Order: sequence, then C-alpha cells, then structure tokens
Amino acid sequence: MSSIHAPISSESKRSIMEHLHTWAITVDHKKLGVMYVLAGLVFFVLGGLEATMMRIQLIKPLNDVLTPHGFNQMFTMHGTTMVFMVGMPVLLGMGNYLIPLMVGARDMAFPRLNAFGFWLFIFGGILLYFSWIGGDGLYGAGGAPDVGWFAYSPLTAKTFSRGNSTDYWILGILISGFGSMTTAVNFLATILCMRCPGMTLMRMPLMAWMMIVVAMLVLVAIPVLTAAQVMLIFDRSLGAHFFDPQQQGSAVLWQHLFWFFGHPEVYILILPAFGFVSEIVPVFSRKVIFGYALMVAATVGIGFISLTVWAHHMFVVGLPPWMNAMFAASTFLISVPTGIKIFNWLGTMWGGRIRFATPMLFCTGFLGMFIMGGLTGIMLAVVPFTHQLSDSYFVVGHFHYVLFGGTIFGIFGAIFYWYPKVTGRMMCDTQGAWAFWLLLIGFNLVFLPMHFSGLLGMPRRIYTYQPDRGLEIWNLISTIGVPVQIAGVALIVWNMIRSFTHGAIAGNDPWDAWTLEWATTSPPPECNFDRIPTCTSARPMWDMKNPHDPDSNYE
Amino acid sequence: MRAAWVTHLARTQKCMHAESAGSAVCMRGGYISSMLRVNVFHKNMNCIRSLALASLWIVFACCARAADVCNATPGTDANTIIIQPHVFDPASPPAHQIEQLAWLVLAICAGIFLVVEGILVLSIVRFRRKPHDVGEPVQLYGSNPIEIAWTVVPTLIVFVLGLVTIRVIRDIERPTPPEGALQVICIGHQWWWEYRYIQPSMPTGEVVIANELHVPVGQPVWLRLESADVIHSWWVPTLSGKMDVVPNKSNHLWFVAEKPGLYLGQCAEYCGTQHASMLLRVIAETPDAYQDWLYSQSLPPVHEVSVAAGRDIFLNLACSTCHTVQGISDGSFAPDLTHLISRQTIGSGIATLNRANLRAWIDNPQALKHGCNMPSLKLSPTELDAVTDYLLTLK
Amino acid sequence: MSLLADNTEIWRPARGKVGMASLIFIESLFFSGFIVAYLFYIGKSANGPFPREVLDVKPVLVNSAALLSSSFTVVAAVRALSQGTMHAMRFWLLLTIALGAYFIYGTLAEWRGLIWEKHLTISTNLFGSTFYSLIGFHAFHVCVGLLALSTILILGVLGRLQPKRDAIRFELISWYWHFVDVVWIFVFTTVYIVGMRA
Repeated sequence: MSSIHAPISSESKRSIMEHLHTWAITVDHKKLGVMYVLAGLVFFVLGGLEATMMRIQLIKPLNDVLTPHGFNQMFTMHGTTMVFMVGMPVLLGMGNYLIPLMVGARDMAFPRLNAFGFWLFIFGGILLYFSWIGGDGLYGAGGAPDVGWFAYSPLTAKTFSRGNSTDYWILGILISGFGSMTTAVNFLATILCMRCPGMTLMRMPLMAWMMIVVAMLVLVAIPVLTAAQVMLIFDRSLGAHFFDPQQQGSAVLWQHLFWFFGHPEVYILILPAFGFVSEIVPVFSRKVIFGYALMVAATVGIGFISLTVWAHHMFVVGLPPWMNAMFAASTFLISVPTGIKIFNWLGTMWGGRIRFATPMLFCTGFLGMFIMGGLTGIMLAVVPFTHQLSDSYFVVGHFHYVLFGGTIFGIFGAIFYWYPKVTGRMMCDTQGAWAFWLLLIGFNLVFLPMHFSGLLGMPRRIYTYQPDRGLEIWNLISTIGVPVQIAGVALIVWNMIRSFTHGAIAGNDPWDAWTLEWATTSPPPECNFDRIPTCTSARPMWDMKNPHDPDSNYE
Repeated sequence: MRAAWVTHLARTQKCMHAESAGSAVCMRGGYISSMLRVNVFHKNMNCIRSLALASLWIVFACCARAADVCNATPGTDANTIIIQPHVFDPASPPAHQIEQLAWLVLAICAGIFLVVEGILVLSIVRFRRKPHDVGEPVQLYGSNPIEIAWTVVPTLIVFVLGLVTIRVIRDIERPTPPEGALQVICIGHQWWWEYRYIQPSMPTGEVVIANELHVPVGQPVWLRLESADVIHSWWVPTLSGKMDVVPNKSNHLWFVAEKPGLYLGQCAEYCGTQHASMLLRVIAETPDAYQDWLYSQSLPPVHEVSVAAGRDIFLNLACSTCHTVQGISDGSFAPDLTHLISRQTIGSGIATLNRANLRAWIDNPQALKHGCNMPSLKLSPTELDAVTDYLLTLK
Repeated sequence: MSLLADNTEIWRPARGKVGMASLIFIESLFFSGFIVAYLFYIGKSANGPFPREVLDVKPVLVNSAALLSSSFTVVAAVRALSQGTMHAMRFWLLLTIALGAYFIYGTLAEWRGLIWEKHLTISTNLFGSTFYSLIGFHAFHVCVGLLALSTILILGVLGRLQPKRDAIRFELISWYWHFVDVVWIFVFTTVYIVGMRA
C-alpha cells in the first residue's frame, strides 16, 4: 500500500501539482486533520505575533510603539485568532485525525461534509485576516476589528464601530463556525455509529468520550453565537435594534447570548486537551487510567454543568444578586468534576513507572499549570472577589493558565505523541525537552505577574498604563518572558520540520501504547486498517500484549 | 532588606503625607500599621497575616520604589495623599469585606494548591522510572473509597465557599442606599466621567462636574451609574468592587471613604480607542472642606472682563456646542467647564491642568488623547492664548 | 482473549439519523436565540406600530393549518415510497409542496401588508426587528425544505428513485420538514399568542 505521508522526494510518480491536488480534493480524515492542525499552527504564529506586539507596547508605561487603535486591533485579533482560528481547528483537527483510528473505523461518517467544514474554516480565517488590509470600508475608519474578542454591544453598533472591521469579525467567525458544526456532527455520527466490533461506549478511549461531549457542546453553543451574530449583522446593515439602547434594545442581551456560547466554548477548548492527557499519562506512567467510569461521568457532568455557568462572565454587569449567587453556585459546582479528573490523572501517575519523554513532560506541565488556572478560577467564582478583579489582568492571568498552560501544553504534548503515527518519524526528544522547559519558564514569566498587576488595579485591554501605579515591574517581567516563549515555539516548529525528513523511523507503536491507532502502520494506510480490529476492552492493545492478564478480566 | 523594611514601618507611624518618591511606599507601610492596630476581626490571625503581608509588601515595596522614582501622578503635589489602587489595601467597608473574603479564599486555594501540586511533585520524584525497572507496574483500575473521597471533599469545600460568597454578596450588593448616603449620579462617556450632585437649591437642581469626584470622608456615597454611549466600568479598588456602566440600565455602587486623600482608579470595561485614558479620581475631604467645595461648584461662573476676547471665541466657535459653562453655553456632549480650574487634571486624569497643558490640549487634543471626540479647531496662536486665558479664569 | 459474544448488543444508530438529528438540534438552538430575543423584547418597543395594532391572526391561522397538515401529507408520501407506490408518493409529495408553498405565499402577503400599509419594517422598532428576523428565518427554512422536497419530486418524476435505497433518505428529509413545522408551532405561539398580550 503506497505510503501517502512519506517525504515528497520519494514520490517520483507524482508532480508537486498533482500532490497538492490530492490534498486539495481530499475527503480523507487523516489529510484533513493534518491540514486543520497545520493551518491552526500558522494562525498560532500570527496570533503570537499580535500578542508580542502587545507586550512590546506594554513593556513600559506611556509607550508609543503602537497607536491606541493599533493596540486595540491587536488584542481583538489575538483573542479571536487564538480561540477560533487556533483552538478550534487544532483540537477538532486532531480529533478528526484520531477518532476514526481510535474507534476502529475507516473514515469519518461524512467525509465530504468533513472536507466542506475544513474549507469553510479556511475561508473564514482568511476573511478575518483580510480585514487587516481591507477593513477600512467607506469611512476609512476600519482595519482589523478592534472591539475585543467578545465584541460587546453597543460598541459594535454602526455608530461606535464605523467602517467594516466589525463586519469582518462577524463574518469570519460565522463562516468558520459552520465548519466547526459540521465537524461536530461528524464526531457524533462516527463515534455513535461506526465503532468497531466489541467496542461498547465504556470501552472507547477517553479521547472519544471527550469528543462526544465536545461535539454536543459545539452543537449547543455555536448556533446561539450564530444567532447573536446574525442579530448584530441586522443591527449594523439593516437598521435593526436588537442591541440598540436608543430604541430600548439591551446591551446585556448580547452578553447573555455571547456567553451562553462563550462558556461552553472554553470547555470545548479544554476537553480535547483533557483527552490528550488521558491518553498520554497512562501510557507514560505504564498504568491504566485510574477510574475510567468516574472520568466518563465527570466529563459528561462538565458538559452539562458548563451550560449553566455563563453569567459568571457578567458578575459586574448589574444582574440581580440572586442571579449572581445562582451562577456562582453552578460555577463552584463545575469545579468538582474538573477536580475529579485531575485527581484521577494523579492517581494514574501514582504507583507508575513514569518515563518523561516529551509528551509526558508537556502533560505534567499541563497538570501543574491547569491546577493553578483552575484555582484562580475558583477564586473568581467568589462573586465579591470578581467585583474587584473582573476585567483586570488577574482574569487574563487566569485564563491564560488554563488555555495556554492547559490547552496549548496539551496540544504540544499531543503533537509529540502522535507525530510518529502521522508521519512515521520520531520527533527529537532532546529538542522537545528544551522546548518544554523554555515554554514552561517563558509562560510563567509572562502570565504569573499578571495576577499581581490585576490586584494593583490594572484593567484589561488598555493600550498603556499610568506610571504611578506600581505596574511597571510586572509588565516588564511579562514582556521579558515573551522571547523565551517564542524560542520554545520556534524550537517545536523546527523540530516538526526537521523530523519529517531526519527523524528516526517510528514503526507502528513507538510508545508501547494501548489504543487502536497504534495497531496500524505509521502513517496509516488510506483505509486506516488492513482489517477492522475487534475490541476486547478499553485497552485492546494491552490485551494483545498481555494475554495472560487482559483488561477484560477487570471490567 | 529586612532592616530597610523595619525602618520604613517605624517611619510610617508618623507618615502624614507622601513625597512623590516615597508615596506608595509610605502608604503601604501605613496600611500595615493601621491594619495591625485596628482590625479586631483578624486579631487571632495577626501573625500569619502580617507574615504574609510582610512578604507581599517587600515585593511591592521594591517595585514601587523603582516605579516612583520618575513619575508623579498628574495633578498632585507634595501635599497630596495618594491612595494607590490595590485590592489588598481597602479604605472603605465594601472593599474591606472583599479583602477579608479574598484572604479566606486565597488561604483555601493555597492549601489545595500545596496538596495537589505536592502530590504531583511527589509522583514525579517517587515514581520516575528507575533503570532497574522491568515489566509493568501494578495496574490499578480504580478505588471506590478514594474516588468517593475526592468527589465529596471538594464538594464540601466549594459548598462552604458558596455559602460565604452568598453572604458577602448580600452585604455588598445592597439594593438601597445606606442611611444618610450622599447620592451622586455618574454618567460614563467616551472617554470621560460626568458627575451630578443633586442640589435642589440650584436652578438646574444639580451641580454638574467632570472627572474628579469629591466626597466627604466618613459619609456613605451612593453612586448611580449611567452611560451616555457604550459600556464602561467604574473601578476604584480601594473603595469598592467595580460596577459596569451600561446604557439604558441604571446600576449603582456604594462606598465610604475612611480617610482623606486622592483615590485612584480607571475605567475597567473596554469602551473604545481611549479606554486606557479614562482615569478615575475620587477626592475624599473632611466634611467642611467638601461643603466648601460643593458651594464653590454651585456658584455661577466667574465673569472677568479682561478675558472677553477668549469668551467670545468660546461662544462663537464650536466649543459652546459641546461644553457647558453655566449661564453662557449649554452643551451636553463634553465636560462641563464652569469651574474648570477647580480641577487638577485634564483629559480625564491624564495630564496636570496648567497653562501649557491646557493650551496644548485646545490646540490639538488628538496629540494628547488620540482618537478622543474633541476636534482641533485650528485656532491661531492669539486665539489660543485668548481662549486659554479665558478658561483659566473659570475657578 | 474474550470477544464480545453478540455484536448486536452494541447500540449503533444509522449515520443518517444521527446526522439529521444533529442538524435539527443545531437549528433548534439557532431558533431559540431568536425566540429568546423576541420574548425578551415583548412590550419594550420605544414606538409603534405595536403587535396588536398590526398583526391579523386569521390569515396566519390558515397558513398554519396548511403548513401543519403538510406534515401529514409528507408522512403519507414517505410511506408510499417505502411501499413502492410511486404514483401515490408523487401525489402526496406534490400536495406537501403545494401546502408549503401556500404557507410561503401567505407569509409574503402578510409582510407586504405590514411593510406597505402598516409601515412596519425591521428598523422601525424592537417589534419589527424581532418579528421579521424570527418569521423570516422560519420562512427561509421552509424554503430550504421545499427545495429539498422538490428535488425528490423531480427525481421521482424522472423515475430515478429506488424505494429500497431512498426510502430512508426521504424519511430523513421528512424529519427536517417535521422540524420546520414544530418550530412554527413555537414561533406562532411566541408571536401571535404570547406577543399579543403586550
């Protein structure tokens, strides 16, 4: 069977154009998954550049590297890019690659829909980024959107956001949102309908459970965002009054609709990373995941509860106290299943024989950072505390700990873990370790001081700060951490490129792992498996390798 | 380091005013001493508290020292007591309550942090693969007692946190003004703050000022928050938590300034280009000084004949369309200038109000606050001088 | 190694059903956003015209009857296809399309009156904004359904339908059509019953 992922140099039969054409028209989930991840990484670099510009501007007070408008565009595009053009595609793309392999299927349930979704995402991303050069519109007042990634009204009304920049924000996200929804439908259909013989729901890899819940959350959250964005388009272009306070429209309605999407969205961003960690930690601890059933219950619980916490982003908007209390209660509640998962991972590591290859390094870093982010989240659930710290750099610190320390570290761990499966080559572990430490140190340098500047009264989204408030040192440290992070990311990118041609040959199962994707070749053939496997337990490959002591005895 | 800290602490017992170089340092030292003396609630926790505070203080002191060398707050001098924004430096009952709750929450979370991260570090150290390890370790699929324990214990912890949260919410988010509160209406604009004191004796029924809120020490202040355009947020951390300023919605917050001084804060909800320059200044004065100030604000504007040229320019050009000077012009879009030079800053706190800055502002506001809503009226130098002279008479 | 004795114990629904159910789920949430906005803004318009002044329920009831009865006709059409009675299938399907088309005609007629005579547009007030967007999106979804049904009808007329292969596909399309009807029940209740009390 021809190896599609081998380096181009050995592909003498096809020209470059034919090769590109294969990729352009593909409906193969593996190719689409790779394209999703690569496109997401390109946007990651772009979003990182935007963040770097912001940190350069904030290195000292009253700096003038960026104009106010320029800075406002930077933080809007940074947030929008990272959430919609990096988080969603990379995580959904990895799921796209892995899920059919993990459940023993030959492709996703709807391959053409899969391809359609990918190209919608690409189009949406390009449309959003076109705004940098094309957003000026009639008034010359546009450019990239500068309304913040959550685009509160009435700042987004035509009156206050002239030009077309906000329209690019709306349309770019709207269109790529359709892509996310098609992927979610595919996940559900594949996982529910196409599991291999013997794979009951309780024998699926935890990654598959995470993707079921993620898919359900996407199906619930994205349509509501779409509805809100359509209302905003109507306001801006048809003269409707959905969010027009002058006509008794409500600015708070936008916040309710947006955060009803926005909170499940952050769980959509973290659950796949939970899935990566749930696959990687057991393999490198050489122990089965501790408490599989409770992990499933916690995941489903998180899914449901995440739909009930949205107004904790609105604690200072002036909702009645009983409503604030209610949402505080549900926010506290969601910390319980999240904590359960952390304990289960720790329980997996405990008593194991841990091998600290790069994937495990990143997962350990994930655990360390996510615990901190989760705890600052619990602090923020305390409404009076949020009365002080809402919309301050404390919140910025909090969510970067969970999104960067959590999601991005999980993604990097997953890249190191599954790169051998995708390409057939191992990434360099030494470079990986260097990248990990650079990222860990750089990340903490950038984001730990933000908690302090928040406590000192530094609000979010300010293009500069006053020199009399004690904020200089924290901002300086933050900016110093940026080149360290850049070095870490650059090393990973270099590693990915170099290993493609120079990495050690991986073989089917370089990590001695237990899920079905390791039962086929690296890279897998187009049909995934020569023969559809039969699943005997939650760790089918463990059963194969340990016939004297299979997992099925313990289920 | 320690010696320096002890000296600071001793010095601040007598520290009544702030030099700009030492202002933040002084205030934090004063804060510690006052906390240790006054706060009965934390009598039992004094040791742990002061230890934690001391370490925090050392860190902040170093930073503040570095920061304060070059730049003073606009519109202040050697006699101004500046109260820097700091969540752990409350000077008003709601801020105190939040601070106490914050310590409790911090303690609980720090405890959880130590336990959980401790287990993580222990696992990394103890269960690392050893060179002599052969085969797989014991496969532990789960343990009902353990799993129940780490479900129940966190639930109890968050239950306790929830109860405490609800209690403090009820105290802070009160629906009605406290007894005897001074009621002020605050209107957020892009990118400045308007305040209206209800004064039935005034022809308009209120005193309208901009950007610098004066309040009497010790009297509750009930601030009703309205917006003229987009969402803003009023945040002076030392006085209270923030509250958003939402168009077509009337929010409120309350505080009691416990000591005189200049409380600093700024807008905390992104509201457009110059969100960063929408600074807050709350000046708390003795009740007598406050009454004097309020009286002077309620007087009609000074009418000096010598600046008639400037006044004419003000009236004939677009200035009067936006800016109100009581009895002379009626504009609602821009700050009220009736008593302009009773304020210390311009541009909503970003620059000291003096002749040079004022002239530069009128000449080209965009240079100081790029993107603000005031256009440059392209005045000639003579006209500029005339208008500046006129405005400088409005005390 | 123990194998699961009976693979059929594992619940594996058909892909198409999961796909269509997911689409219906997504669309339900999309409509929920507009219904929430509508309910939120009942009675809050700053100026008229107001619902009671301009909305006439009677023609809308006729429209609704047409649309809701088309659900029954489409069920008959699906059953006819699965039984292989192509003539009956074409008849019931044509009737379904006609009823759906009448609904669209009725909606457009109502809008013409509202815009030209009653001067209610999407930018007039909150009522206008929420009314046209909610009713409009529903009508749009009806049109999409009509397009799908017409495609099936054309394929049926051209003799390209095979009962064995296509009965399940037609059934899934009919699910979409039923969804459009159920949404209409919610929309009608929101706009013409609850909204009129304002």
